[in-house]
Amino acid sequence: MNNNKVIQVEGLTKMFGYFTAVNAITFDVEKGEIFGFLGANGAGKTTAMKMLIGISNPNSGKAKVAGFDVFTHAEDIKKNIGYMSQKFALYDDLTVKENITFFGGIYGLSRKRIKEKSAVLIEELELEKVANKLVGSLPLGWKQKLSFSVSLLHDPKIVFLDEPTGGVDPITRRQFWEMIYKAADQGTTVFVTTHYMDEAEYCDRVSIMVNGKIEALDTPKKLKEQFKAETMNDVFLKLARG
Amino acid sequence: MKTILYIVQKEFKQIFRNKGMLPIIFVLPLLQLVILSNAATFEVKHIKFGYIDKDRTSTSRALVEKFNASTYFDVLTNFPSEALASSAMLKGEVDVVLEIPHYFERDLQKEKYNTLGVTINAIDGAAAGVENVYVTQIVQRFNQNLKVELLQVSDQQIQPITIETIPLFWYNETLNYKTFMVPGILVLLVTMITLFLSGMNIVREKEIGTLEQINVTPIKKSQFIIGKLFPFWVIGMGLLTVGLILAKLIFHVPMLGSLPLMYLYTSIYILVILGIGLFISNFTETQQQAMFIAWFFTVIFILMSGLFTPIESMPKWAQLFTEFNPIKYFVEVMRMVMLKGSGFMDILPQLLKTLTYAVIMNGLAVWRYRKTT
Repeated sequence: MNNNKVIQVEGLTKMFGYFTAVNAITFDVEKGEIFGFLGANGAGKTTAMKMLIGISNPNSGKAKVAGFDVFTHAEDIKKNIGYMSQKFALYDDLTVKENITFFGGIYGLSRKRIKEKSAVLIEELELEKVANKLVGSLPLGWKQKLSFSVSLLHDPKIVFLDEPTGGVDPITRRQFWEMIYKAADQGTTVFVTTHYMDEAEYCDRVSIMVNGKIEALDTPKKLKEQFKAETMNDVFLKLARG
Repeated sequence: MKTILYIVQKEFKQIFRNKGMLPIIFVLPLLQLVILSNAATFEVKHIKFGYIDKDRTSTSRALVEKFNASTYFDVLTNFPSEALASSAMLKGEVDVVLEIPHYFERDLQKEKYNTLGVTINAIDGAAAGVENVYVTQIVQRFNQNLKVELLQVSDQQIQPITIETIPLFWYNETLNYKTFMVPGILVLLVTMITLFLSGMNIVREKEIGTLEQINVTPIKKSQFIIGKLFPFWVIGMGLLTVGLILAKLIFHVPMLGSLPLMYLYTSIYILVILGIGLFISNFTETQQQAMFIAWFFTVIFILMSGLFTPIESMPKWAQLFTEFNPIKYFVEVMRMVMLKGSGFMDILPQLLKTLTYAVIMNGLAVWRYRKTT
């Protein structure tokens, strides 16, 4: 087994009744990689991701995340991953600091560590002025950046981002990707879904899901060559339209 | 353990930050306690009384005067005819109509026997029963007086023999309904608030999506659930305390038994309710659904708790059903400890049943709670 592979998926399948949401997908993700997980709405991206983060049981196949089996060791996986859902999931009625403290606390960080972490995090995100404001009062872009930072609090090996930049302005989007690069530089593997094809270009490797199956998987450059397309946008359109 | 503290801390912050929720938790229930305890009475008072006096003699007037003197009967209307009386009853202007026949006085003196007609509006059967007893009592008392008078004028040899029962009411000597109702209503409030809050709380996190975020953390189910429910347990106990103080100060409800015993029982009882709340939140997706289900159970539990209607008079199957009603046990224990001064051994059966219930309910709820679906 290759230790550099932090995610190994083989024939992973999820069915809802007779509907196959994820149809026997197979792929690997290497340590420190930014892995783009693309697909149209309803292609099965989020379902696939939920199986990998241990909150949805697969029907069949094999998957190992951070070295742990999703079938038998879901709780061990959870110690080693961060997750940011497409729905903003911090507490609107808690302040920035309180949110950081709470999530740090349930990941088992010490009081001291939480204090240090939140000081650094608030400084990096330039949230000093709103540190004691309720999160609900912040603009969406700030919330998303905070949410990403919170998912990295416990220094996970892999962070899963489900459409992290949905509804966010271009400047914030850019800052967000700078944060992603920084995390990847520090050795965190980033698994990200997106609908923005310019963002797909930033990824090391990209997979494109169509109707529950992975139809293409390679670096953006090679995918463009393979599909004789100018941009990732064209690649996506060719694939998604069938 | 530390993890639990973080959750408890967060829950309390959220509860006390929610300005709309605080009055619902603390002010409304106590307002209800004061209002309901004063209003929810089974005493039948202010009975609207009418009579048709066809006799028009001193005896018939004396009889009417008896009703007039009673504190239970309010309005005295003299109806000239049956037709007018029955139309008044139809309109709800009168509850009880007494009909005194022609030659009432004459027949009574001659034959020492007579009949009176009493019509009672029996839409509310329980009230009608009570009214019937009142009327009978007044007529009987009138009868005794009359017998004595009649005896004096005629037969001296036969002494009237009256066997009278002197009722002794134990535990609530003055038959004060508030003494009886306040502990029961306090039970309802503690139950409803803790059930609704705990039932809706986890569902709310489902709705806003934070539950998913929690489920991707390595937190243990038991840690999460204990941390979530503990604040509501505290609120329940707080509510009981404030309620007991009000019961003492406003209603002067006696507190014969031991206070620690009451708290011991309540602390276990609230666990049952929290378990039910958690169980409901496992099966529902929205706060609305949780609310309806919680409401459904509360109504059944309340109506079959023995609070408003005695369990002894329910059909057998219903009595069996009440064995599964936690509110029933709480009402029993409250009344036993507060009014009878029952001790630990007296309430042991209820205590054990409640404890079993708590273990089963919370076991089921924790088992049903899934971090992975």
